[in-house]
Amino acid sequence: MSARIRLTVNGHPVEVPAGASVAVAVAHVTLRFRRSVSDTPRAPLCGMGVCFECRVQVDGVAHVRACMTPASEGMQVVTDA
Amino acid sequence: MRDHYDVLVIGAGPAGLAAAQTAASHGARVGLLDAQPRPGGQVWRHDVQHPLPRDARNAVDDLHGVDWLARHSVVATESSSLRVETPQGSRLLSYGALVIATGARELLLPFPGWTLPGVTGAGGLQALAKQGWPVAGRRVVIAGSGPLLLAAADTLRKHGAQVVGIYEQANAGNVRSFAAQLRHWPARAWQAAGLRLRLAGIPYRFGSFVRKAHGDDCVQRVDIDTPHGVQTVACDLLAVGYGLVPNTELAALLGCALDHSDIHPRVQVDALLRTSVANVYAAGESCGIAGLAVARIEGALAGHRAAGHVDAARALLAPRDRERRFGALLARHFALDSRLHKLADDLTLVCRCEDVRMGELTGFTDARAAKLATRCGMGACQGRICGTALAELGRFPRSGSRPPIFPARLATLAGLSPLSSDDAQRGS
Ligand SMILES: Cc1cc2nc3c(=O)[nH]c(=O)nc-3n(C[C@H](O)[C@H](O)[C@H](O)COP(=O)(O)OP(=O)(O)OC[C@H]3O[C@@H](n4cnc5c(N)ncnc54)[C@H](O)[C@@H]3O)c2cc1C
Ligand code: FES
Repeated sequence: MSARIRLTVNGHPVEVPAGASVAVAVAHVTLRFRRSVSDTPRAPLCGMGVCFECRVQVDGVAHVRACMTPASEGMQVVTDA
Repeated sequence: MRDHYDVLVIGAGPAGLAAAQTAASHGARVGLLDAQPRPGGQVWRHDVQHPLPRDARNAVDDLHGVDWLARHSVVATESSSLRVETPQGSRLLSYGALVIATGARELLLPFPGWTLPGVTGAGGLQALAKQGWPVAGRRVVIAGSGPLLLAAADTLRKHGAQVVGIYEQANAGNVRSFAAQLRHWPARAWQAAGLRLRLAGIPYRFGSFVRKAHGDDCVQRVDIDTPHGVQTVACDLLAVGYGLVPNTELAALLGCALDHSDIHPRVQVDALLRTSVANVYAAGESCGIAGLAVARIEGALAGHRAAGHVDAARALLAPRDRERRFGALLARHFALDSRLHKLADDLTLVCRCEDVRMGELTGFTDARAAKLATRCGMGACQGRICGTALAELGRFPRSGSRPPIFPARLATLAGLSPLSSDDAQRGS
């Protein structure tokens, strides 16, 4: 439980506990996870993989649900908002 | 790659875990898959800060003889097999018998301001907090309906949040009579007493609901309709959930009949949990909302049944029926106030994926026509949020989903494996 994971969100270094999700890492930097089709900022709603509001880019792959993805060492996360 | 299981279980919540363990105890080759990285489902979700209670830990850790398939999402069905997507690519899993244990999701209803960052479901914020979401020192308003509000408050408080208040839409009389009925379920009464003790000092208000959330970049304050007028409360996070609805998409895709006697469908099963499709069983909250105890019993029942041990399954019928009655009690006492149907005004976004406003849906009486004209329900969540909300608001029932039941990679859809990086774009 004490292990920490280091990754970056929009280039900022972030540290989260082992087992934390990518959503958690993003929340340390910004609450703007994605921009909606009419350009309003969005953030996680359901926390369980259903709503798709938490989508971000992870290591170059777009539209990854941050709440369903475990943070891992060296990961590069980019939000679009 | 194709793998065969005698019994394949979808969903590793309490129901799916019990089904897998029980089937494996009969010597069956069992696969247990879940879209989540860890087993546990909703109630036993892994918490990065606090270990699970012991019986939950035992259930989650006891996967002897079971192939645990983490981060496997079912996206489509083929004959006696499932097309699943994994972080590495896609697989085809075939089965002799299938147990659907896909559980439930929160019912989330639109109101002005609900798209602001910082507004989540109630169980939603609980799930995020367990993932490590920074809630310590944050002022949280919890609202909506049902016992899940208290469970969420308990988790959030344990994670250091300052819970400003819990606002339950059901009136005080209903909540009191629910609490009185709990004496028929001593374990639950005991649990409730513990919760009340731990949450002592946090205001718990009845007949109250969130009317509107305000804020610039994220939620800053909420208007709450109470029996004594509208109250404005400052907060950093707003967690609102109106109870649970069964996840039936996978069952529907498999061709299983759904029971439409409530607004939100559930998987239709016989007394021994067989669906309308041969060799497919369903257990837990996908068959109707009734809590943890039902999920565990039905999981075991379905596990016996799927492994061909009908007598062992039958022995669990009496306790199962008893616990199912708790679901009816919940539904009765936490029925939603019709004023909640009118929270969204014409300008409120209903479909959050495609940004469709409530006013744009005026005049439509079925989901498909509304979707074609406005794109409502056409986005990545495939109508799980807006379609369910519109059904609850009495607009129109949700239209059936088509494969893939979750947006999938192109390579998965083509049945190709493994994945090459430029296929990693998703259709939605
Ligand atoms: C957000 C939330 C929080 C909750 N918190 C509590 C609580 O604190 N206390 C409490 O008593 N009850 C809680 N509940 C109620 C809870 O649903 C039940 O108590 C219990 O977890 C139901 O067990 P289950 O096994 O039927 O389903 P669940 O626990 O919901 O498990 C279903 C599993 O199936 C998986 N799944 C679904 N569809 C697919 C698919 N297509 N492919 C792959 N996997 C899939 C899901 O990822 C999930 O892990 C909560 C419910 C929700 C929605
Ligand atoms: S928060 Fe809903 S899918 Fe991630």
